[in-house]
Amino acid sequence: MADFTEMKNALVELNSPHLLELVNAALAEGVAADTILNEGLIAGMDIVGEKMENEDLFIPEVLMAAQMMSQAVEILKPLLGEESSAAGGRVVIGTVKGDLHDIGKNLVAMMLESSGLTVHNLGVDIAPEEFINQIKQHNADIVCLSALLTTTMPMMKKTIEAVRGAGLRDQVKIMVGGAPVTQAYAEEIGADRYASDAGSAARAAKALVAAGKNA
Amino acid sequence: MLQIIGERINTSRKELQAAVTERNTEYITNDVKQQIEAGASYIDVNAGARIGHEREDMQWLLEVIVPMSSVPLCLDSPDPEILEMAYALVDTPPLINSISLEKERFDTMLPFLKDKVGKEDKECSIIALCMDDHGMPASSFEIYSRAKQLIEELQGIGMAQDNIYIDPLVQPISTDANKGVMVLEAVRGITTKYPAVHITGGLSNISYGLPERRMINRVFLTLMMGAGMDSAILDPLDNKIIAAIRTADMLLGKDNFCMEYLKNVRAGKIVS
Repeated sequence: MADFTEMKNALVELNSPHLLELVNAALAEGVAADTILNEGLIAGMDIVGEKMENEDLFIPEVLMAAQMMSQAVEILKPLLGEESSAAGGRVVIGTVKGDLHDIGKNLVAMMLESSGLTVHNLGVDIAPEEFINQIKQHNADIVCLSALLTTTMPMMKKTIEAVRGAGLRDQVKIMVGGAPVTQAYAEEIGADRYASDAGSAARAAKALVAAGKNA
Repeated sequence: MLQIIGERINTSRKELQAAVTERNTEYITNDVKQQIEAGASYIDVNAGARIGHEREDMQWLLEVIVPMSSVPLCLDSPDPEILEMAYALVDTPPLINSISLEKERFDTMLPFLKDKVGKEDKECSIIALCMDDHGMPASSFEIYSRAKQLIEELQGIGMAQDNIYIDPLVQPISTDANKGVMVLEAVRGITTKYPAVHITGGLSNISYGLPERRMINRVFLTLMMGAGMDSAILDPLDNKIIAAIRTADMLLGKDNFCMEYLKNVRAGKIVS
Protein backbone atom coordinates (compact mmCIF):
# COMPACT_ATOMS: atom_id res chain seq x y z
CA MET A 1 0.00 0.00 0.00
CA ALA A 2 1.32 3.42 -0.92
CA ASP A 3 2.37 5.60 1.97
CA PHE A 4 0.32 8.75 1.63
CA THR A 5 1.69 10.24 4.85
CA GLU A 6 5.14 10.29 3.34
CA MET A 7 3.78 11.70 0.09
CA LYS A 8 1.98 14.48 1.93
CA ASN A 9 5.10 15.20 3.94
CA ALA A 10 7.23 15.38 0.80
CA LEU A 11 4.86 18.01 -0.56
CA VAL A 12 4.69 20.03 2.67
CA GLU A 13 8.51 19.84 3.06
CA LEU A 14 8.94 20.90 -0.58
CA ASN A 15 11.03 17.86 -1.40
CA SER A 16 10.31 17.67 -5.12
CA PRO A 17 12.49 14.68 -6.17
CA HIS A 18 11.14 12.58 -3.31
CA LEU A 19 7.53 13.45 -4.14
CA LEU A 20 7.96 12.37 -7.77
CA GLU A 21 9.73 9.19 -6.60
CA LEU A 22 6.80 8.35 -4.32
CA VAL A 23 4.22 9.04 -7.02
CA ASN A 24 6.05 6.79 -9.48
CA ALA A 25 6.50 4.09 -6.83
CA ALA A 26 2.79 4.16 -5.99
CA LEU A 27 1.87 3.80 -9.66
CA ALA A 28 4.31 0.88 -9.98
CA GLU A 29 2.59 -0.76 -7.02
CA GLY A 30 -0.68 -0.48 -8.90
CA VAL A 31 -2.32 2.29 -6.88
CA ALA A 32 -4.96 4.08 -8.97
CA ALA A 33 -4.00 7.53 -10.27
CA ASP A 34 -7.23 8.99 -8.83
CA THR A 35 -6.32 7.68 -5.39
CA ILE A 36 -2.82 9.17 -5.57
CA LEU A 37 -4.27 12.49 -6.67
CA ASN A 38 -6.90 12.64 -3.93
CA GLU A 39 -5.23 11.00 -0.97
CA GLY A 40 -1.67 12.07 -1.65
CA LEU A 41 -1.48 15.31 -3.61
CA ILE A 42 -4.77 17.07 -2.87
CA ALA A 43 -4.65 15.98 0.77
CA GLY A 44 -1.07 17.31 0.89
CA MET A 45 -2.12 20.64 -0.60
CA ASP A 46 -4.89 20.85 2.01
CA ILE A 47 -2.17 20.76 4.66
CA VAL A 48 -0.18 23.36 2.72
CA GLY A 49 -3.30 25.56 2.69
CA GLU A 50 -3.79 25.17 6.44
CA LYS A 51 -0.15 25.98 7.08
CA MET A 52 -0.51 29.05 4.89
CA GLU A 53 -3.52 30.17 6.96
CA ASN A 54 -1.49 29.73 10.14
CA GLU A 55 1.52 31.50 8.64
CA ASP A 56 3.69 28.42 8.99
CA LEU A 57 4.20 28.50 5.23
CA PHE A 58 4.51 31.62 3.09
CA ILE A 59 3.48 32.46 -0.46
CA PRO A 60 6.76 31.47 -2.19
CA GLU A 61 6.61 28.08 -0.47
CA VAL A 62 2.97 27.62 -1.41
CA LEU A 63 3.82 28.46 -5.02
CA MET A 64 6.60 25.93 -4.98
CA ALA A 65 4.30 23.27 -3.53
CA ALA A 66 1.75 24.00 -6.25
CA GLN A 67 4.44 23.71 -8.90
CA MET A 68 5.51 20.36 -7.45
CA MET A 69 1.91 19.22 -7.42
CA SER A 70 1.41 20.08 -11.07
CA GLN A 71 4.59 18.17 -11.99
CA ALA A 72 3.17 15.15 -10.19
CA VAL A 73 -0.22 15.62 -11.88
CA GLU A 74 1.56 15.60 -15.26
CA ILE A 75 2.71 12.05 -14.47
CA LEU A 76 -0.82 11.02 -13.45
CA LYS A 77 -2.70 12.83 -16.22
CA PRO A 78 -2.73 10.07 -18.86
CA LEU A 79 -4.12 7.69 -16.23
CA LEU A 80 -6.78 9.91 -14.69
CA GLY A 81 -10.48 9.42 -15.36
CA GLU A 82 -12.13 12.37 -17.09
CA GLU A 83 -14.50 13.25 -14.27
CA SER A 84 -11.98 13.02 -11.48
CA SER A 85 -11.50 16.74 -10.99
CA ALA A 86 -14.94 18.06 -11.94
CA ALA A 87 -16.31 15.92 -9.12
CA GLY A 88 -14.71 18.39 -6.72
CA GLY A 89 -16.85 21.30 -7.91
CA ARG A 90 -16.67 23.98 -10.58
CA VAL A 91 -15.47 27.49 -9.83
CA VAL A 92 -15.52 30.70 -11.83
CA ILE A 93 -13.12 33.34 -10.49
CA GLY A 94 -12.23 36.87 -11.55
CA THR A 95 -11.41 40.41 -10.48
CA VAL A 96 -14.43 42.69 -10.80
CA LYS A 97 -14.90 45.36 -13.45
CA GLY A 98 -12.71 48.43 -13.06
CA ASP A 99 -10.06 46.57 -11.06
CA LEU A 100 -6.88 45.29 -12.67
CA HIS A 101 -5.22 43.51 -9.74
CA ASP A 102 -4.57 39.84 -10.20
CA ILE A 103 -1.86 38.54 -7.88
CA GLY A 104 -4.06 37.60 -4.92
CA LYS A 105 -6.84 36.34 -7.16
CA ASN A 106 -4.40 34.10 -9.05
CA LEU A 107 -3.09 32.68 -5.78
CA VAL A 108 -6.64 31.81 -4.75
CA ALA A 109 -7.29 30.23 -8.17
CA MET A 110 -4.15 28.16 -7.83
CA MET A 111 -5.04 26.94 -4.33
CA LEU A 112 -8.59 26.08 -5.40
CA GLU A 113 -7.23 24.12 -8.34
CA SER A 114 -4.69 22.35 -6.12
CA SER A 115 -7.46 21.34 -3.76
CA GLY A 116 -9.23 19.47 -6.52
CA LEU A 117 -11.72 22.02 -7.84
CA THR A 118 -12.10 22.81 -11.54
CA VAL A 119 -11.24 26.48 -11.87
CA HIS A 120 -12.07 28.89 -14.68
CA ASN A 121 -9.91 31.94 -14.09
CA LEU A 122 -11.49 34.77 -16.09
CA GLY A 123 -8.79 37.35 -15.39
CA VAL A 124 -9.22 40.99 -14.37
CA ASP A 125 -11.73 43.78 -15.12
CA ILE A 126 -14.62 41.33 -15.53
CA ALA A 127 -18.08 42.85 -16.06
CA PRO A 128 -21.11 41.39 -14.22
CA GLU A 129 -22.58 40.14 -17.52
CA GLU A 130 -19.38 38.22 -18.23
CA PHE A 131 -19.49 36.55 -14.82
CA ILE A 132 -23.07 35.54 -15.59
CA ASN A 133 -22.15 34.13 -19.02
CA GLN A 134 -19.33 32.11 -17.52
CA ILE A 135 -21.42 30.81 -14.62
CA LYS A 136 -23.95 29.54 -17.18
CA GLN A 137 -21.35 28.18 -19.57
CA HIS A 138 -19.48 26.17 -16.94
CA ASN A 139 -22.50 25.37 -14.79
CA ALA A 140 -20.49 26.76 -11.88
CA ASP A 141 -21.04 25.81 -8.26
CA ILE A 142 -19.09 28.78 -6.93
CA VAL A 143 -18.17 32.21 -8.20
CA CYS A 144 -15.25 34.04 -6.55
CA LEU A 145 -15.05 37.83 -6.81
CA SER A 146 -11.88 39.78 -6.07
CA ALA A 147 -11.45 43.53 -5.51
CA LEU A 148 -8.28 45.27 -4.31
CA LEU A 149 -9.55 48.84 -4.19
CA THR A 150 -12.10 50.61 -2.03
CA THR A 151 -13.32 52.20 -5.26
CA THR A 152 -14.07 48.84 -6.90
CA MET A 153 -15.59 47.08 -3.89
CA PRO A 154 -19.09 48.36 -4.79
CA MET A 155 -18.73 46.51 -8.11
CA MET A 156 -18.81 43.27 -6.08
CA LYS A 157 -22.21 44.26 -4.83
CA LYS A 158 -23.36 45.09 -8.37
CA THR A 159 -22.08 41.75 -9.62
CA ILE A 160 -23.97 39.88 -6.90
CA GLU A 161 -27.12 41.84 -7.74
CA ALA A 162 -26.67 40.96 -11.41
CA VAL A 163 -26.28 37.25 -10.53
CA ARG A 164 -29.50 37.50 -8.55
CA GLY A 165 -31.19 39.37 -11.40
CA ALA A 166 -30.20 36.63 -13.83
CA GLY A 167 -31.94 34.07 -11.60
CA LEU A 168 -28.66 32.25 -10.82
CA ARG A 169 -28.35 33.07 -7.13
CA ASP A 170 -29.74 29.71 -5.96
CA GLN A 171 -27.45 27.76 -8.25
CA VAL A 172 -24.19 29.42 -7.34
CA LYS A 173 -22.41 30.19 -4.07
CA ILE A 174 -20.56 33.49 -3.94
CA MET A 175 -17.17 34.05 -2.29
CA VAL A 176 -15.46 37.45 -2.02
CA GLY A 177 -11.97 38.59 -1.06
CA GLY A 178 -9.26 41.21 -1.53
CA ALA A 179 -7.27 43.52 0.74
CA PRO A 180 -10.03 46.05 1.63
CA VAL A 181 -12.81 43.45 1.84
CA THR A 182 -14.03 42.37 5.28
CA GLN A 183 -16.39 39.76 6.71
CA ALA A 184 -18.83 42.57 7.51
CA TYR A 185 -18.75 43.88 3.94
CA ALA A 186 -19.24 40.35 2.58
CA GLU A 187 -22.37 39.99 4.72
CA GLU A 188 -23.62 43.44 3.80
CA ILE A 189 -23.55 42.70 0.08
CA GLY A 190 -25.02 39.22 0.46
CA ALA A 191 -22.01 37.03 -0.34
CA ASP A 192 -21.90 33.50 1.08
CA ARG A 193 -18.29 33.57 2.21
CA TYR A 194 -15.38 35.90 2.82
CA ALA A 195 -11.85 34.52 2.80
CA SER A 196 -8.78 36.44 3.94
CA ASP A 197 -6.14 34.31 2.23
CA ALA A 198 -5.77 31.61 -0.44
CA GLY A 199 -5.55 28.79 2.10
CA SER A 200 -8.81 29.62 3.83
CA ALA A 201 -10.45 30.31 0.44
CA ALA A 202 -9.70 26.75 -0.63
CA ARG A 203 -11.10 25.36 2.62
CA ALA A 204 -14.23 27.52 2.36
CA ALA A 205 -14.81 26.56 -1.28
CA LYS A 206 -14.59 22.86 -0.53
CA ALA A 207 -16.97 23.28 2.39
CA LEU A 208 -19.46 25.13 0.16
CA VAL A 209 -19.30 22.42 -2.50
CA ALA A 210 -19.77 19.68 0.12
CA ALA A 211 -22.71 21.55 1.66
CA GLY A 212 -24.25 21.96 -1.81
CA LYS A 213 -24.04 18.21 -2.45
CA ASN A 214 -25.69 17.36 0.83
CA ALA A 215 -28.46 19.87 0.30
CA MET B 1 17.19 63.95 0.86
CA LEU B 2 14.30 61.57 0.39
CA GLN B 3 10.96 63.38 0.34
CA ILE B 4 8.64 61.50 2.67
CA ILE B 5 4.92 61.54 1.89
CA GLY B 6 3.24 60.67 5.19
CA GLU B 7 0.49 58.13 4.56
CA ARG B 8 -1.29 58.05 7.91
CA ILE B 9 -4.28 60.32 7.16
CA ASN B 10 -6.19 57.63 5.32
CA THR B 11 -9.69 56.50 6.29
CA SER B 12 -8.85 52.90 5.42
CA ARG B 13 -6.91 52.92 8.73
CA LYS B 14 -9.33 51.85 11.41
CA GLU B 15 -8.47 54.32 14.18
CA LEU B 16 -8.23 57.20 11.77
CA GLN B 17 -11.60 56.36 10.28
CA ALA B 18 -13.14 56.37 13.77
CA ALA B 19 -11.60 59.82 14.40
CA VAL B 20 -13.01 61.11 11.11
CA THR B 21 -16.46 59.67 11.79
CA GLU B 22 -16.48 61.32 15.23
CA ARG B 23 -15.04 64.55 13.80
CA ASN B 24 -12.23 64.31 16.37
CA THR B 25 -10.12 67.35 15.48
CA GLU B 26 -7.49 66.75 18.14
CA TYR B 27 -6.69 63.22 16.95
CA ILE B 28 -6.10 64.47 13.40
CA THR B 29 -3.98 67.49 14.33
CA ASN B 30 -1.85 65.36 16.68
CA ASP B 31 -1.28 62.77 14.01
CA VAL B 32 -0.28 65.40 11.44
CA LYS B 33 2.07 67.09 13.92
CA GLN B 34 3.78 63.80 14.69
CA GLN B 35 4.25 63.02 11.01
CA ILE B 36 5.80 66.43 10.37
CA GLU B 37 8.12 66.13 13.37
CA ALA B 38 9.22 62.72 12.11
CA GLY B 39 10.24 64.27 8.79
CA ALA B 40 7.25 64.19 6.43
CA SER B 41 7.62 66.57 3.45
CA TYR B 42 3.98 66.05 2.44
CA ILE B 43 0.91 64.84 4.30
CA ASP B 44 -1.23 62.55 2.17
CA VAL B 45 -4.97 62.97 2.76
CA ASN B 46 -7.23 60.13 1.60
CA ALA B 47 -10.90 60.03 2.61
CA GLY B 48 -11.98 57.28 0.23
CA ALA B 49 -12.76 54.40 2.58
CA ARG B 50 -16.18 55.45 3.87
CA ILE B 51 -18.07 54.81 0.69
CA GLY B 52 -20.53 57.62 -0.04
CA HIS B 53 -18.87 60.02 2.45
CA GLU B 54 -15.65 60.88 0.63
CA ARG B 55 -16.61 64.47 -0.18
CA GLU B 56 -17.66 65.54 3.31
CA ASP B 57 -14.82 63.60 4.98
CA MET B 58 -12.22 65.14 2.67
CA GLN B 59 -13.62 68.61 3.22
CA TRP B 60 -13.63 68.23 7.00
CA LEU B 61 -10.08 66.78 7.05
CA LEU B 62 -8.76 69.67 4.96
CA GLU B 63 -10.53 72.27 7.09
CA VAL B 64 -8.73 70.76 10.09
CA ILE B 65 -5.31 70.16 8.51
CA VAL B 66 -4.77 73.15 6.19
CA PRO B 67 -4.59 75.81 8.96
CA MET B 68 -2.15 73.84 11.12
CA SER B 69 0.14 71.98 8.71
CA SER B 70 3.55 73.50 8.03
CA VAL B 71 4.11 71.20 5.05
CA PRO B 72 2.12 70.94 1.81
CA LEU B 73 -0.55 68.28 1.32
CA CYS B 74 -0.88 65.36 -1.03
CA LEU B 75 -4.52 65.23 -2.16
CA ASP B 76 -5.40 61.60 -2.68
CA SER B 77 -8.56 60.71 -4.61
CA PRO B 78 -9.48 59.17 -7.95
CA ASP B 79 -12.36 61.67 -8.33
CA PRO B 80 -11.52 64.98 -10.08
CA GLU B 81 -14.58 66.68 -8.55
CA ILE B 82 -13.36 65.90 -5.07
CA LEU B 83 -9.85 66.95 -6.04
CA GLU B 84 -11.25 70.23 -7.38
CA MET B 85 -12.95 70.91 -4.04
CA ALA B 86 -9.79 69.90 -2.17
CA TYR B 87 -7.59 72.05 -4.38
CA ALA B 88 -9.73 75.09 -3.59
CA LEU B 89 -9.23 74.49 0.14
CA VAL B 90 -5.41 74.27 0.24
CA ASP B 91 -3.16 77.32 0.39
CA THR B 92 0.16 75.82 -0.72
CA PRO B 93 0.98 74.00 -3.98
CA PRO B 94 -0.35 70.46 -3.49
CA LEU B 95 0.80 67.11 -4.78
CA ILE B 96 -2.07 65.27 -6.47
CA ASN B 97 -2.39 61.50 -6.02
CA SER B 98 -2.83 60.39 -8.82
CA ILE B 99 -3.05 59.99 -12.60
CA SER B 100 -2.37 56.79 -14.56
CA LEU B 101 -2.58 55.60 -18.16
CA GLU B 102 -5.90 53.84 -17.50
CA LYS B 103 -7.95 55.60 -20.14
CA GLU B 104 -10.85 56.73 -17.98
CA ARG B 105 -8.62 58.05 -15.23
CA PHE B 106 -6.22 59.67 -17.66
CA ASP B 107 -8.97 61.43 -19.60
CA THR B 108 -10.63 62.84 -16.46
CA MET B 109 -7.41 63.85 -14.69
CA LEU B 110 -5.62 65.55 -17.58
CA PRO B 111 -8.06 68.49 -17.88
CA PHE B 112 -7.93 68.97 -14.10
CA LEU B 113 -4.14 69.24 -14.23
CA LYS B 114 -4.01 71.35 -17.38
CA ASP B 115 -6.23 73.91 -15.72
CA LYS B 116 -3.74 74.30 -12.83
CA VAL B 117 -0.60 74.77 -14.96
CA GLY B 118 0.89 78.23 -14.43
CA LYS B 119 -1.23 79.04 -11.32
CA GLU B 120 1.35 81.15 -9.57
CA ASP B 121 0.83 80.25 -5.93
CA LYS B 122 -0.80 76.87 -6.37
CA GLU B 123 0.87 74.95 -9.18
CA CYS B 124 0.11 71.24 -8.81
CA SER B 125 2.57 68.41 -8.75
CA ILE B 126 1.30 65.00 -9.74
CA ILE B 127 1.93 61.37 -8.84
CA ALA B 128 1.72 59.35 -12.06
CA LEU B 129 1.22 55.59 -11.78
CA CYS B 130 2.74 53.23 -14.36
CA MET B 131 -0.63 51.49 -14.68
CA ASP B 132 -2.64 51.15 -17.87
CA ASP B 133 -5.74 49.31 -19.04
CA HIS B 134 -3.72 46.08 -19.34
CA GLY B 135 -2.96 46.18 -15.61
CA MET B 136 0.27 46.19 -13.65
CA PRO B 137 3.53 46.45 -15.61
CA ALA B 138 5.14 43.07 -16.25
CA SER B 139 8.73 44.08 -17.04
CA SER B 140 11.30 46.84 -16.52
CA PHE B 141 10.72 47.91 -20.07
CA GLU B 142 6.97 48.23 -19.50
CA ILE B 143 7.51 50.36 -16.41
CA TYR B 144 9.98 52.53 -18.31
CA SER B 145 7.83 52.96 -21.41
CA ARG B 146 4.72 53.80 -19.38
CA ALA B 147 6.73 56.34 -17.37
CA LYS B 148 8.01 57.85 -20.60
CA GLN B 149 4.49 58.14 -21.99
CA LEU B 150 3.20 59.74 -18.79
CA ILE B 151 6.09 62.23 -18.64
CA GLU B 152 5.65 63.21 -22.29
CA GLU B 153 1.88 63.64 -21.93
CA LEU B 154 2.28 65.73 -18.77
CA GLN B 155 5.01 67.85 -20.32
CA GLY B 156 2.68 68.24 -23.28
CA ILE B 157 0.18 70.17 -21.13
CA GLY B 158 2.98 72.34 -19.78
CA MET B 159 3.97 70.57 -16.58
CA ALA B 160 7.61 70.79 -15.50
CA GLN B 161 9.58 67.56 -14.96
CA ASP B 162 10.21 68.70 -11.39
CA ASN B 163 6.45 68.54 -10.74
CA ILE B 164 6.11 64.93 -11.92
CA TYR B 165 6.41 62.04 -9.46
CA ILE B 166 6.50 58.66 -11.21
CA ASP B 167 5.25 55.67 -9.22
CA PRO B 168 6.75 52.56 -10.87
CA LEU B 169 4.35 50.31 -8.88
CA VAL B 170 6.21 47.96 -6.59
CA GLN B 171 4.88 44.38 -6.72
CA PRO B 172 5.27 41.44 -4.34
CA ILE B 173 8.54 39.56 -4.48
CA SER B 174 6.78 36.55 -2.90
CA THR B 175 5.07 35.63 -6.17
CA ASP B 176 8.02 36.36 -8.47
CA ALA B 177 11.61 36.56 -7.28
CA ASN B 178 12.49 39.09 -10.02
CA LYS B 179 10.03 41.80 -9.02
CA GLY B 180 12.67 43.67 -7.02
CA VAL B 181 15.23 43.79 -9.82
CA MET B 182 12.50 44.68 -12.30
CA VAL B 183 11.61 47.92 -10.49
CA LEU B 184 15.20 48.82 -9.63
CA GLU B 185 16.25 48.59 -13.29
CA ALA B 186 13.28 50.66 -14.41
CA VAL B 187 14.03 53.39 -11.86
CA ARG B 188 17.65 53.59 -13.05
CA GLY B 189 16.41 53.94 -16.61
CA ILE B 190 13.83 56.64 -15.85
CA THR B 191 16.14 58.77 -13.69
CA THR B 192 18.93 58.55 -16.27
CA LYS B 193 16.66 59.76 -19.09
CA TYR B 194 14.66 62.28 -17.02
CA PRO B 195 16.94 63.50 -14.20
CA ALA B 196 14.50 66.15 -12.92
CA VAL B 197 11.54 63.77 -12.62
CA HIS B 198 10.91 62.36 -9.15
CA ILE B 199 10.35 58.69 -8.33
CA THR B 200 7.93 57.87 -5.54
CA GLY B 201 5.50 55.19 -4.43
CA GLY B 202 4.51 52.87 -1.65
CA LEU B 203 7.05 50.17 -0.88
CA SER B 204 5.21 47.75 1.36
CA ASN B 205 3.80 45.76 -1.58
CA ILE B 206 7.28 44.29 -2.04
CA SER B 207 6.93 42.26 1.16
CA TYR B 208 3.35 41.03 0.70
CA GLY B 209 3.06 37.37 1.67
CA LEU B 210 6.34 37.20 3.57
CA PRO B 211 7.19 37.36 7.29
CA GLU B 212 9.14 40.23 8.91
CA ARG B 213 7.81 42.64 6.33
CA ARG B 214 9.34 45.80 7.78
CA MET B 215 12.83 44.36 7.38
CA ILE B 216 12.17 43.75 3.68
CA ASN B 217 10.56 47.18 3.27
CA ARG B 218 13.45 49.13 4.67
CA VAL B 219 16.20 47.21 2.92
CA PHE B 220 14.32 47.56 -0.35
CA LEU B 221 13.84 51.29 0.22
CA THR B 222 17.58 51.82 0.54
CA LEU B 223 18.15 49.84 -2.68
CA MET B 224 15.51 51.98 -4.39
CA MET B 225 17.19 55.14 -3.14
CA GLY B 226 20.46 53.86 -4.61
CA ALA B 227 18.66 53.39 -7.94
CA GLY B 228 17.33 56.97 -7.88
CA MET B 229 14.09 56.97 -5.90
CA ASP B 230 13.90 60.35 -4.17
CA SER B 231 10.47 60.20 -2.53
CA ALA B 232 8.36 57.54 -0.85
CA ILE B 233 4.86 57.13 0.54
CA LEU B 234 5.18 55.62 4.01
CA ASP B 235 4.43 55.88 7.71
CA PRO B 236 6.89 58.43 9.10
CA LEU B 237 6.23 57.17 12.63
CA ASP B 238 8.03 53.93 11.76
CA ASN B 239 11.33 54.89 13.45
CA LYS B 240 13.37 52.13 11.91
CA ILE B 241 12.52 53.02 8.33
CA ILE B 242 13.27 56.68 9.03
CA ALA B 243 16.64 55.69 10.52
CA ALA B 244 17.38 53.65 7.38
CA ILE B 245 16.40 56.62 5.18
CA ARG B 246 18.63 59.11 7.04
CA THR B 247 21.54 56.69 6.89
CA ALA B 248 21.01 55.99 3.19
CA ASP B 249 20.75 59.73 2.45
CA MET B 250 24.16 60.17 4.06
CA LEU B 251 25.69 57.25 2.18
CA LEU B 252 24.34 58.62 -1.10
CA GLY B 253 26.14 61.95 -0.54
CA LYS B 254 23.05 63.96 0.38
CA ASP B 255 24.05 64.84 3.92
CA ASN B 256 26.89 67.36 4.10
CA PHE B 257 29.37 66.65 6.87
CA CYS B 258 26.98 63.87 7.96
CA MET B 259 25.12 66.52 9.96
CA GLU B 260 21.62 65.03 9.76
CA TYR B 261 22.89 61.57 10.56
CA LEU B 262 24.77 62.77 13.63
CA LYS B 263 21.89 64.94 14.77
CA ASN B 264 19.55 61.95 14.59
CA VAL B 265 22.01 59.68 16.40
CA ARG B 266 22.33 62.22 19.22
CA ALA B 267 18.55 62.49 19.41
CA GLY B 268 18.39 58.72 19.87
CA LYS B 269 16.59 58.27 16.56
CA ILE B 270 19.28 56.19 14.89
CA VAL B 271 20.59 53.18 16.77
CA SER B 272 22.31 50.19 15.25
